[in-house]
Amino acid sequence: MKIAISTKGGSMESELDLSFGRARTFLLFDTENRAFTAHDNTENWNAAQGAGIQAAQSVIQLGATAVITGQVGPKAFQALKTGGVRIFLAQALNNVADAIDALENGSLAEASSETKQGD
Amino acid sequence: MTTYAIASGKGGTGKTTVSVHLARLLVEQGAQVQYLDCDVEEPNGHIFLKPEIERTEEATVPVPVIDATRCIACGKCAEVCEFNAIATLKTALVFAELCHGCGGCALACPVGAIQEQPRSIGVVETGRSGAIGFVQGRLNVGEAMAGPLIRAVRRAIEPDSISLIDAPPGTACAVVATVRETDYVILVTEPTPFGLNDLQLAVELMRELGRRCGVIINRAVSDHTAVQAYCREEGIPILAEIKDSRKVAEYYSRGEMMMEPASALRTSLLPLATSILQGNPEAHCS
Repeated sequence: MKIAISTKGGSMESELDLSFGRARTFLLFDTENRAFTAHDNTENWNAAQGAGIQAAQSVIQLGATAVITGQVGPKAFQALKTGGVRIFLAQALNNVADAIDALENGSLAEASSETKQGD
Repeated sequence: MTTYAIASGKGGTGKTTVSVHLARLLVEQGAQVQYLDCDVEEPNGHIFLKPEIERTEEATVPVPVIDATRCIACGKCAEVCEFNAIATLKTALVFAELCHGCGGCALACPVGAIQEQPRSIGVVETGRSGAIGFVQGRLNVGEAMAGPLIRAVRRAIEPDSISLIDAPPGTACAVVATVRETDYVILVTEPTPFGLNDLQLAVELMRELGRRCGVIINRAVSDHTAVQAYCREEGIPILAEIKDSRKVAEYYSRGEMMMEPASALRTSLLPLATSILQGNPEAHCS
């Protein structure tokens, strides 16, 4: 399974970015081989509108089937659900590695609807 | 004939007060006049003009509808959309409220999977207030797409009238859609730091758009404020000054017009109205 994590940096120690659509970077982590790649999200970060939609499209194209982020708006939620991506919320965790641990030991809550209003 | 936009930058400076009183003054002098309210998020000229609405037409934006049986999820439609209104997942997914209705996606689709359907964004209401032709746009509550509705209001401009277009505040898309292709822009401001700051932004926008403009100072308190100094430095004519007056505010708060002889609004705006009739709004400025 591939997990996309919204983050402010590009490493396992990087701080999480609690915004989904306007996250600085997505770190794509592969649970099979424990390898990761970093993907810049600057273009969506600067979008006037529809950042969440485009971010959802990006992580789906990267092959992610789960997302770990802080919050997700209604349009991103709909796009991720349509793409079959599960959304896990990690508001209080320090970094990417902690978030992946929390997901794997089942302590992350899964979002069943949007957690914020769209911009 | 001639189209005037009444704009401001800052909100609450008196655009509507100026627009409706100018309309009445021009009609009094025998002109054929039309008032168009393009402040479509909260049109309020009707409060003063109390028009009889004769026609209500729905305004729409054409939005894409995807035929999922034909869509090959190639992503061309999402790629061409400047407004991120389409995501390509297993099939193309449309977020209609973000769509500006340009039709680019339908042209880009290689398999003809996109049809366009009208989506309602508001209404255009047309009628009369005495001798004044009246048009206003009313945007649906929660709707963000003001531009297409403003263009629909503008299509009601009568070529034989002097058209006064009440603009929304600010300097963003809605204002651009309103002042485009007008002959002259009247910028209403007030002598405060906020008024001056937003006037400067509005002047910059009008220059960018190549619009001629002049300034009306509302709630004027002195002849020597930073607003007058700015206009002098920039060579922008001051078309009128309306003295700060509790009485003007009282009329406004009751939704009444101040048309009595020797009243503040009539006397402040009459020279400008006369110049507009002569075809040069700056004729009375020294």
